[in-house]
Amino acid sequence: MSNLITVTVDGIAYGMLLFLFAVGLSVTLGLMRFINLAHGAFAMGGAYLAVVLVNSGGLPFLLALPLVFIATGAVGAVMERSVIRHLYDRGALQQVLFSIGLAFALSAIATIVFGPQQQGVQIPSWLLGRISIFGLQISGYRVFLVVSGAVTAAALAYLFDYTLFGARIRAAVDNRVAAEGIGIKVDRLFVTTFAIGSALAGVGGALSIEMLGLDPTFAFKYLTMLLMIVAIGGAGSIEGSLLAALFLGVVDALFKYFLPEAGSFVIFGVLVAVLVVRPNGLRGRTA
Amino acid sequence: MSTSSATQGGFYSRIGIQGVTLVLFAGSIASYFLFPEHLALLTQLFVLMVFALSYDLLQGHGGIVSLGHAAFFGLGAYAAAILARTGYNDPLLGLVFAAIVSALVALVLTPIIVRGNDFTRLLVTLGVASLVYEAANRMRWLTGGADGLPDFEIAPLLGLYRFDFEGRTAFIYSFAVFALTYMFLWRVVTSPFGLALRGIRENARRMPAIGSPVRRHLAVAYTLSGGVAGIAGAVLAQTSRFASLDMLGFDRSAEIMMVATLGGSGHMVGVSVGAAAFGWLKDVLSTVSPKYWQLGLGIVLMLSVFVARGGIGSLLDRLRFRRSA
Repeated sequence: MSNLITVTVDGIAYGMLLFLFAVGLSVTLGLMRFINLAHGAFAMGGAYLAVVLVNSGGLPFLLALPLVFIATGAVGAVMERSVIRHLYDRGALQQVLFSIGLAFALSAIATIVFGPQQQGVQIPSWLLGRISIFGLQISGYRVFLVVSGAVTAAALAYLFDYTLFGARIRAAVDNRVAAEGIGIKVDRLFVTTFAIGSALAGVGGALSIEMLGLDPTFAFKYLTMLLMIVAIGGAGSIEGSLLAALFLGVVDALFKYFLPEAGSFVIFGVLVAVLVVRPNGLRGRTA
Repeated sequence: MSTSSATQGGFYSRIGIQGVTLVLFAGSIASYFLFPEHLALLTQLFVLMVFALSYDLLQGHGGIVSLGHAAFFGLGAYAAAILARTGYNDPLLGLVFAAIVSALVALVLTPIIVRGNDFTRLLVTLGVASLVYEAANRMRWLTGGADGLPDFEIAPLLGLYRFDFEGRTAFIYSFAVFALTYMFLWRVVTSPFGLALRGIRENARRMPAIGSPVRRHLAVAYTLSGGVAGIAGAVLAQTSRFASLDMLGFDRSAEIMMVATLGGSGHMVGVSVGAAAFGWLKDVLSTVSPKYWQLGLGIVLMLSVFVARGGIGSLLDRLRFRRSA
């Protein structure tokens, strides 16, 4: 029984990480119709930046996180303004080719700079200890992940559902032309959301080093999972991404623990099944 | 586009043997004499060309973007390998078997492929390919899992020509498969069906208005494309006497998408030349330095979206245009 709970908590923590990776992808896909297969590579970039800041720069891990957030967000904004905005009206194939190319290049650069080996990052020891909750021993870092994921989700939900900025984004997701017609500067929304999405992916990457490890294959390793979350959650929906990420995280953890022979088979089966029944995802607005 | 000129003319132009294609075929045959030391690599290039042509039928002509085409390639490879291990090791029998298996799986999948938009198609194809990969990984008793399927014998081609150590038979076999596939697909894309496919690529919403059964056409294209990809996989498994998980993997799916696009979507000569060039460059460069090959490939891919759209195919067309003008 306590095994079941520990594994579920693991799954929730994993799901929260996946949510951080996926939410930016979901919003950019819903808002800009941009299929960004380099999103996993952005997360990888954030993770390597954290490794450099903490291990070489000597910064404490928790202080490195906001720096990673700002840096990956800034890179995302620059990328959006310089290149990616030219791809919005191209077909899916062009977007896929460009973003796969970008992911290849980033992954190769990571191999050239850091080598193919696994990287670790120093995490404060008070975070790594075990915490006792209702008599259950749970890794403190898992709790930290769950809390940060929940806080991020709440902040994003507030931003999207209760602010003018969020209202503008929802308007542009639903109908871009009409939104432009009433004076919403959709261009500016694009930069901001792309930057936020990249920043969250970067922080997600930094947070995931401890749990998932980090090497240059990271750019593609979780890509399928990310796309699945967006597909199941529905592009452009934050709650959908959160639910889908938690669901997939928990299902994956449970099956890996209790039925390892099935491997990832179940997860992909779920994906295909959902897409057959609901091609627009469970809570999809558009796309 | 060179495909339009095929509707008139004699027998050879009806199966696509004309102009640049003639040069391509002649070059393929000449490579046997020019590079007798590299017959194994040339065999792999033909395999890649057949695979690229199968993907091009789907994406270049039908406009269906797929991120999981290696599933059919790998299915064909495993089908041929497994059949050969059970004792039925005639290469042509294996080829037919692999084509049928891959085409059947593609046919079963069509209902979920032809619906939905580009994004759901990308995901469904990616998801299905991941499923097939996981299945092959888990079913060790059938596929050997991560170790792959080595150690099977392939009977002499037509009962006459043994697959020799230098790879001469393998070269001729793979070239023949490539040439026949090319002519077959040329017939397909220049037929009214091929024209309807391109119509669907250009505008899938208007095609039903002129009475074109879009879903059925796409289903046929997907099944054909899956079958041809299976043939490519079978040739690779038979000539290398090995089938492994990487034949099913995401890398191969992404790679064939790049190859077909860099070669020039919907341009069969361009795609063939592109596949050969890609395979050769990859062989040369990735042995020298895999990471710089990957970096270079990434940069070329990003640039290809902005410059040289239409790939090698449109370059060839431009050359020809300049010469005749």
